[in-house]
Amino acid sequence: MIDFIIKIGRFGLDYSASFGRSGLFFLHSFFGLALSPKGLMLLIHQLYKVGVLSLVIIIVSGLFIGMVLALQGYSILVDYGSEQAVGQMVALTLVRELGPVVTALLFAGRAGSALTAEIGLMKATEQLSSMEMMGVDPLRRVIAPRLWAGFISMPLLALVFSAVGVFGGLLVGVDWLGVYEGSFWSNMQSSVDFKEDVVNGIIKSVVFGVVCSWIAVFQGYDSEPTSEGISIATTKTVVYSSLSILGLDFLLTAVMFG
Amino acid sequence: MYQRSIEIAVGVFMILGFLGLAFLAIQVSGLSMDSQKDTYKIYAQFDDLGGLTVRGRVSLAGVTIGTVSAISLDKEVYSALVEMEIYQEVDSLSADSVASIQTAGLLGEKYVSLSIGGEEEVLGDGDTIFDTQSALNLEKIIGAFASGDISL
Repeated sequence: MIDFIIKIGRFGLDYSASFGRSGLFFLHSFFGLALSPKGLMLLIHQLYKVGVLSLVIIIVSGLFIGMVLALQGYSILVDYGSEQAVGQMVALTLVRELGPVVTALLFAGRAGSALTAEIGLMKATEQLSSMEMMGVDPLRRVIAPRLWAGFISMPLLALVFSAVGVFGGLLVGVDWLGVYEGSFWSNMQSSVDFKEDVVNGIIKSVVFGVVCSWIAVFQGYDSEPTSEGISIATTKTVVYSSLSILGLDFLLTAVMFG
Repeated sequence: MYQRSIEIAVGVFMILGFLGLAFLAIQVSGLSMDSQKDTYKIYAQFDDLGGLTVRGRVSLAGVTIGTVSAISLDKEVYSALVEMEIYQEVDSLSADSVASIQTAGLLGEKYVSLSIGGEEEVLGDGDTIFDTQSALNLEKIIGAFASGDISL
């Protein structure tokens, strides 16, 4: 019985210690981005790996999600004779919800897990500690560029996702199902508000970007330096990111549109 | 050379992101540069708004000439006070114009429709329209019809 209580206590202490570590870690690397040409070079390299290489999956899924939304929306709306509202439905759904959320989920799977595995392996092969031996701060050299690349990429990816999704909706709604193009756009423009919908969507994706890349780099940095530890850390990244994205999305939606 | 191609790829990525933003702003949300048109305010009092909301349309002969900018309750006469912003270029609304709340389609949004009167004096900034018609309340009509107050 006593053992059980001790276990619970240790679990709680470990958990809050890891929270504290991640907070300190975040602060140090957030402000640790070197703005020298060399530091910006590192950032650009990470932007390439995190952002540019995620572009294909984002564009393809955006296109298909937009097309599915138009198809589904059309089959419901046509019953009420208001199929021209399909553009408005596709755009609002994408800009407010699916753009930021699906991008963040894909990002966690595509880029977050890669970040964790990379940093975890650096730790397991003692590259990080040898950097410290040479007087190079791994938080500034390794972590900060990756963190910032995540912050910058996520909103851009979400914007691309939404734009491509609207285009997919246009493709299915107008070209295939025959909704009149003029009313497709005018319905959309009269119901989508730039500040209310687009900017709030961007705010959402900025929040998701911070959370996703924070979780990814911290899990890598804090992993057990073994092959099993890296696999656990990668799994944790995807699970924690997905859960916190969905949870935060509910909170943000309740605050913004509730 | 390798570094340079990465830089180009990242640059294209950034441009793509901003193009997406521009597309969403201009084509999807219909944000235009001249959306900040000069306006002047006129007021109207209604007995029943019937679901008119802020940002609703103000139209004349079906053409949008302004938006509903604020709605409040006039505590002295217990009626709704609607503030409307009318585009500056529409400056010849006669003082005895009639404002009525109408519905776009059977179940569509509510908007304010103005119809011009005959007086030569025109409405200026801060003027009030006195001749108003409240929203057509479908429930009331059905209720009156059901209770036999009106018959076809």
